[in-house]
Amino acid sequence: MSTKTPSSSSIAQARRTVQQLKREARIERIKVSKASSDLMRYCGEHAKNDPLLMGIPTSENPFKDKKPCTVL
Amino acid sequence: MRSPPIPEMATQEVQLNETLAHLKTESDTLKTKLEEERAKLHDVELHQVAEKVEALGQFVMKTRRTLKGHGNKVLCMDWCKDKRRIVSSSQDGKVIVWDAFTTNKEHAVTMPCTWVMACAYAPSGCAVACGGLDNKCSVYPLSLDKNENLAAKKKSVAMHTNYLSACCFTNSDMQILTSSGDGTCALWDVESGQLLQSFHGHAADVLCLDLAPSETANTFVSGGCDKKANVWDMRSGQCIQSFETHESDINSVRYYPSGDAFASGSDDATCRLYDLRADREVAIYSKESIIFGVSSVDFSLSGRLLFGGYNDYTINVWDVLKGTRVSILFGHENRVSTLRVSPDGTAFCTGSWDHTLRIWA
Repeated sequence: MSTKTPSSSSIAQARRTVQQLKREARIERIKVSKASSDLMRYCGEHAKNDPLLMGIPTSENPFKDKKPCTVL
Repeated sequence: MRSPPIPEMATQEVQLNETLAHLKTESDTLKTKLEEERAKLHDVELHQVAEKVEALGQFVMKTRRTLKGHGNKVLCMDWCKDKRRIVSSSQDGKVIVWDAFTTNKEHAVTMPCTWVMACAYAPSGCAVACGGLDNKCSVYPLSLDKNENLAAKKKSVAMHTNYLSACCFTNSDMQILTSSGDGTCALWDVESGQLLQSFHGHAADVLCLDLAPSETANTFVSGGCDKKANVWDMRSGQCIQSFETHESDINSVRYYPSGDAFASGSDDATCRLYDLRADREVAIYSKESIIFGVSSVDFSLSGRLLFGGYNDYTINVWDVLKGTRVSILFGHENRVSTLRVSPDGTAFCTGSWDHTLRIWA
């Protein structure tokens, strides 16, 4: 009938978990529809400045090699 | 007549067990309530809202540079703010600083340990931090004098009780954030080596972290072998939010450029997007044909594209809003272990177990 006596650290850990969950439950949340439209708006506003998305001309991208020059 | 057990001890044991059981019930109830609160706001899926967004066209991205020089698996890399220099670290114990435009090696340091799993460039561009199996994070000032022995000026900053998995300077060269196999993250003062704050909450190794993009945010996200991604307040050390939807280790976390969301990559072969204000997962990037783990993720500058480096040697490029894959890139001859987009978004760099780094654009 005798069960192992719980250590003080396991009780302290359990208390911390409860405190943490209470903190997380209290935060304010917004709807996914609002969060999604905000993400979309950010993408839209910054799309034209995104080189990997828009592609930039070879001449402007230091990593894309320009045509080799021939010395005559 | 047998004497009964000492009454005070028996009562105390029963009381402690009752307290523990009561706390367990309370935490289970709170968890259920948390899920209910989150579910109430789940009115639509991100990809449904994104149906009206124009689809992306074909992407042509190729390897533009290959950086050769490491003698073993490349484990980590980071870009310098100057958009051309890169620091990389390897299983062979070497940390190399490269000029990615010319592919020249500018500096090389040999660490006293193998498996240098973490490296980072200081915001000033004047130093690099690295560490791994030595359980430490050390900072090396970069000298303009090519002949100078960098190892001589090395400064030991962080001390963990297990391997260093990731490190990152905060907004200046003065502070470093670290994550470790010892299950904790920590914030350190570089000059004194003093521990400024520690972050406890993961139940297993912490594998990755990323600092929030805004200078005012003061938060960071970490991912671990406990399948959890935790968001932390840097000043108080508290865990603000926690997400547990992955089915295996989280190898990489990266903030969306606005700071309102973050992506994660996991051994469960999926990448996921978590919105911080909705407090939930809002997208999963996966395909039945993709069965190998994701080692590293990063966003393009606008946040529309998510790049994932995978253990099947490929890079998958995802449309963040629509949830579809837009491109698959081949080139590496072994696992992709690390991936970062350059600071100006013109290219991204990958490091691999095939000993090389590649720049893609």
